[in-house]
Amino acid sequence: MSAGDQSPKLVTDLVLASSLDSVDTAENRAVAAAERAGLPEEDVFRFGYAVREAMVNAVVHGNRYNANKTVAFRIWESATSIEVMIKDQGDGFNAASLADPLAEENLLCQSGRGLTLIRAFVDELRVMPADGGGTAAILRKNVKAGTTAPPKVSE
Amino acid sequence: MSVELHTRQVGDVTVIDAKGRITLGEGSSDFRDTIKGLVAKGQKNVLVNLAEINYIDSSGIGEMVSGFTTVANAGGKLKLLSLTKRIQDLLQITKLYTVFEVYDDEAAGLASFQK
Repeated sequence: MSAGDQSPKLVTDLVLASSLDSVDTAENRAVAAAERAGLPEEDVFRFGYAVREAMVNAVVHGNRYNANKTVAFRIWESATSIEVMIKDQGDGFNAASLADPLAEENLLCQSGRGLTLIRAFVDELRVMPADGGGTAAILRKNVKAGTTAPPKVSE
Repeated sequence: MSVELHTRQVGDVTVIDAKGRITLGEGSSDFRDTIKGLVAKGQKNVLVNLAEINYIDSSGIGEMVSGFTTVANAGGKLKLLSLTKRIQDLLQITKLYTVFEVYDDEAAGLASFQK
C-alpha cells in the first residue's frame, strides 16, 4: 500500500462461528492489522481490545452462542485508517436504549460497559441494524503512526 | 493463559495475587468463585493484587464490581492493589476509580483495613 493510496482494501473477510475462539481470532486479526499499519504499541492494544469487545457483543449478546448462527468479520485497510465490520445474526438491539454505565446509579452494575470501552479506544464506532437482520458494528481507527492519543474519557 | 489466583492471609486480610487475564469465560468465573469462597468462609477483608494481570475485558471488570458488591453485602471490603497503567485507564474510562479503593503499596493497602 503506497502512502498516497487512500482507497480502503479488504484484507480480511471471514465467517466465524459463535464461539469464544472466534473472539480470539478477531482480536488477533485486528492486532495484526494495527501492527501492519505501524500504530504505536498502546494503540495496537486498544484497537485489539475494542474489536474483542465488539466481537463478544456479537457472539454473546447477538447470536447468544447459537451454533447455527455466524458472525461476519471484515477488515479494510487504507493509508489513513483501519476499519473493522462485525455483523451478527441476532435479534438486533437499540444502542440508545442501553443504560448509561457511567451514571452514578449504574456504576455497580455487573455488565453494560462494552460499548463505552469500545468508543474510548477507537476513533469512530457505528452500530446499526444489519441487512437481513442482526446488528452490524463498524469500528474505525485512524492511522497516524508514531503517536498515541490518550483514551477518550467521558466527563 | 487464563488467570491464576493465589490467596494468602495477612492478619485479617486475604490477599489475592492474580496473574494473567481476567476475561469472559474461565478467567471471570475463577475470580467469581474465589470471591464467593472467601465470603463463605467469613473472610471479608479482601485485597486483590493486580500487578501481574495484563488484561481485563469488560466481563472481567464486571466480575470485579460483582466481587466488590458481594464482599460489601457481607459487611466487608474489597480493595485493589498495584494496577498496571492499562487497568488504571480502564477504571478511568468506566469511572470505577470512584468505586474502588486502590493502593500502590501493599503495606498501605493492608493497613487501610484497620482504619
